Amino acid sequence: MENISPNKFRKVNIDASSAEIIARPSMTYWQDAWRRLKSNKVAMLAIVILSILIIMTIIGPHLSGYKYEELIKDENGRIMQNVRPNSQFWFGTDNLGRDLFSRVWQGGRVSIIIGISGALIATVVGSIYGAIAAYFGGKVDTIMMRIVEVLISIPYLIVVILISIITDSKSLGTMLLSLTLTGWCGMARLVRGQMLQIKQQEYIMAAEALGVRPWKIITKHLIPNSLGIILVSITFDIPGYIFSETFLSYIGLGIQAPNTSWGALASAAQQNFIFYPYQMFFPGLMIALTMLSFTLLGDGLRDALDPKLRQ
Amino acid sequence: MSKILEVKDLNVSFHTYAGEVKAVRGISFHLEKGETLALVGESGCGKTVSAKAILRLLKEPPAEIKPNSQILFNGEDVLKMDKKRLISFRGEDVSMIFQDPMTSLNPTMTVGKQIMEALRIHKKMSKKEAEAEAIRLLELVNIPNAKARVKAYPHELSGGMRQRVMIAIALSCNPKILIADEPTTALDVTIQAQIMDLLNELKQKFNTAIILVTHDLGVVANFADRIQVMYAGSIVETGTKNEIFYNSQHPYTWALLNSVPRLDTKSKEELYSLGGTPPDLILPLVGCPFASRCEYAMEICLEQRPSETVLSDTHKVVCWLQHPYAPKVDRPKSLGGGING
Amino acid sequence: MARYVIKRIAYMFLTLWIITTLTFFLMHSIPGDPLAHMAKNLPEQIKINYYKRYGLDQPVTVQYAKFMKNVLTEGDLGQSLRYPGRSVTDTILTNAKVSGRLGLQAIAIGVTIGIVLGIVAALNRNRWPDYLVMFIAILGVTVPVFIIAALLQYFFTVKFELLPTTGWGKFKHTILPTLAMCLGSIATYARYMRSNVLEVINQDYILTAQAKGVSPFNVVRKHVLRNAILPAITILGPQIAGVFTGSFVIERMFGIPGLGFYYINSINDRDFTMIIGTTVFYAALFVVSQLVVDLLYGVVDPRIRVSKNSR
Repeated sequence: MENISPNKFRKVNIDASSAEIIARPSMTYWQDAWRRLKSNKVAMLAIVILSILIIMTIIGPHLSGYKYEELIKDENGRIMQNVRPNSQFWFGTDNLGRDLFSRVWQGGRVSIIIGISGALIATVVGSIYGAIAAYFGGKVDTIMMRIVEVLISIPYLIVVILISIITDSKSLGTMLLSLTLTGWCGMARLVRGQMLQIKQQEYIMAAEALGVRPWKIITKHLIPNSLGIILVSITFDIPGYIFSETFLSYIGLGIQAPNTSWGALASAAQQNFIFYPYQMFFPGLMIALTMLSFTLLGDGLRDALDPKLRQ
Repeated sequence: MSKILEVKDLNVSFHTYAGEVKAVRGISFHLEKGETLALVGESGCGKTVSAKAILRLLKEPPAEIKPNSQILFNGEDVLKMDKKRLISFRGEDVSMIFQDPMTSLNPTMTVGKQIMEALRIHKKMSKKEAEAEAIRLLELVNIPNAKARVKAYPHELSGGMRQRVMIAIALSCNPKILIADEPTTALDVTIQAQIMDLLNELKQKFNTAIILVTHDLGVVANFADRIQVMYAGSIVETGTKNEIFYNSQHPYTWALLNSVPRLDTKSKEELYSLGGTPPDLILPLVGCPFASRCEYAMEICLEQRPSETVLSDTHKVVCWLQHPYAPKVDRPKSLGGGING
Repeated sequence: MARYVIKRIAYMFLTLWIITTLTFFLMHSIPGDPLAHMAKNLPEQIKINYYKRYGLDQPVTVQYAKFMKNVLTEGDLGQSLRYPGRSVTDTILTNAKVSGRLGLQAIAIGVTIGIVLGIVAALNRNRWPDYLVMFIAILGVTVPVFIIAALLQYFFTVKFELLPTTGWGKFKHTILPTLAMCLGSIATYARYMRSNVLEVINQDYILTAQAKGVSPFNVVRKHVLRNAILPAITILGPQIAGVFTGSFVIERMFGIPGLGFYYINSINDRDFTMIIGTTVFYAALFVVSQLVVDLLYGVVDPRIRVSKNSR
């Protein structure tokens, strides 16, 4: 044994409880989630793509100098139909001689707005419904959920188609109505399930045992813990609504001329697809990119907000 | 007596996003044929990781068993076994039962089939033979109505019964060593006693060596021949049952012993609890890992790791209090000590 | 168990009845009546005959009663308004055969390939097979089906002329449409199986199996797979719904005389009896398949099957 001085064997005063300092600095749930999201390269890429797309839908229609509903004539007065993409018409023109670049971005406005609004409306309605059912429990809960069960078993697209046929006015509002009429059911079930699960957790019992008031329990525990799921659901719902709108337009029940959406553009392009594939390519690309980005973002958000993956 | 298992300088690390967590830091121990060794320590001290390492059940990555480590079963190095040998080693030479019987059994397979699986792999039994043997094993672990129970699914059995099934599976091929990782932690107290009695009975019947991993010294008392106390990835004290219970020398062991609630604790007395938390195993630890929570810590404890003191053939301690320069400290009164404490 | 089944079947009939009634009354609530825009130019007497023929001169409730009676006793859904003399039921059944064949093919292929890919991805986590499968899966889930169909058409029929663009009758006509329809299923199942397998692999009982000395191959085969595939049955329902809606678009693009094709046409033609009939048919198909899938899962998963028996 090496030479150790006897002085070293003096007793040192250790305060054991000071050793209870947690070794690594802790972060709040949201800080941790944001950090995790940031490190998810795919999700970050998705955010970038979405931002670019949204910006383009805002400024796009103005960029090319042509109005989206304008029939463009060349020097001889002939309508420039079905022109392939070139330096004058970046995305080409459609069969009525309208600039596709403007139309694509104009359509983007509609599609994205419908997607986001649809998801938001369905989420808000569904969340409130679900929260009420979960909060009151008992008979109220049972009745409310029975209604939802029946509504959910009606095929979604059938409802959408029916309502569209009936209202027949093809405005943005009625379209949203048809899309959200049964769309909120899924969210209601989700929120109710989540809140019920939280209600049963031990930390709620602990809070109650400590004498925390019900209102505080709701705002401090039930809602924040459900926000994660709600946020993720919205992100996943948006592509669904965009798709539904696309689908409706495709079968002819959607946005009417001269206003347009990506779905309407694709539908119109379908007849000439074999000859002028570019007409479908651009709106199709935008739809795919948007849906892809929202889905990837949703994946990333879900991973970031999952408390079990917290590191 | 022959050494059936020898662990030499076992180092296990986990590579996490935050860095390398050194879960097991150079431990060495052995196991004799037919003896029962208890690995005791609080959550996170590395005992389960060590146990899993013996069967090479750690997922590598993120785990890494460092190259110098050796685990010798009857002289054969487990860490160097090829795939074929490893598969025959597991379940037949050494087997393991796990902590949570609720999740340790396949929910979509009947209990009987799960027992038969090991039998058919290692003992090459036919279906009929295996089924008969499975029924016999269920009776052995005191499960009533074994013939019917063989066709049951795990969720139809209670926690205690499921753990018995686990034991039946583990003992089905007559292993030389049974590793029991916290077998009673997930069960309530009365069932705990039953399971420990069962293990006792079986160990005597088959002369199986057992490594019992637990954080509860109370469970160990009637069961183990030797006890090994672990803290922060290292062994701090090891000894026979009597040496640990009646002549322990490490302050951490004292704390553990004090933590066992006793029947004669007065009703208004506070239960003893050791303050503080174990150190973060990512950080390199300077000095004795227990120093920050130790009542008797000295300056040297914060600066250097103590070396091992051999008190007898079987009793070893790793603590600066053993050094001739250290003040004489006796065990706490509650543990039967005299002067200081 | 029997009680549960009866309850579910009862619910199913309730839902079907609600859908049928709703559809019927919704169609008849449209301002103007079904024959309005067709009958505009007809002389008065013929108009009255037409109305009488279709029973449209009766009050709605009487029409409803007659309709329900016909449906329930003879399965007679009325006559097409657009093509007088054509029975709705017959048209549906003839066309459904075509769609059914396509749909079943698509689901069978989609599910099988999807499950295999998902397992492969999970077992090779974070290595190239995983990334490849996930890439395909993301595309399949986010890119709308008509874009995929359009791309397929473009490459296989226009550029390379390997397969016929449209038409029906021979096996080669089914290749592209099936391909387009099954991509969605492949994608969904691959993602789902991957996450299922990953979850199962982390379970304690897998560790038990390894500790027993079960070979890695058998661990996957006997323990992982069985537990991972079971829940996949539950998402079969939505898959079937997806195939229906996909069929609307695919049949239109590939010129396949299926039910979806006729449905879209009848919507555009405002052929109300066809619309009602087909909607009810689709709804019924959807609801029944949901029920079958749910019951199937209850039978296959021992946890549910056995615990219900012991009640």
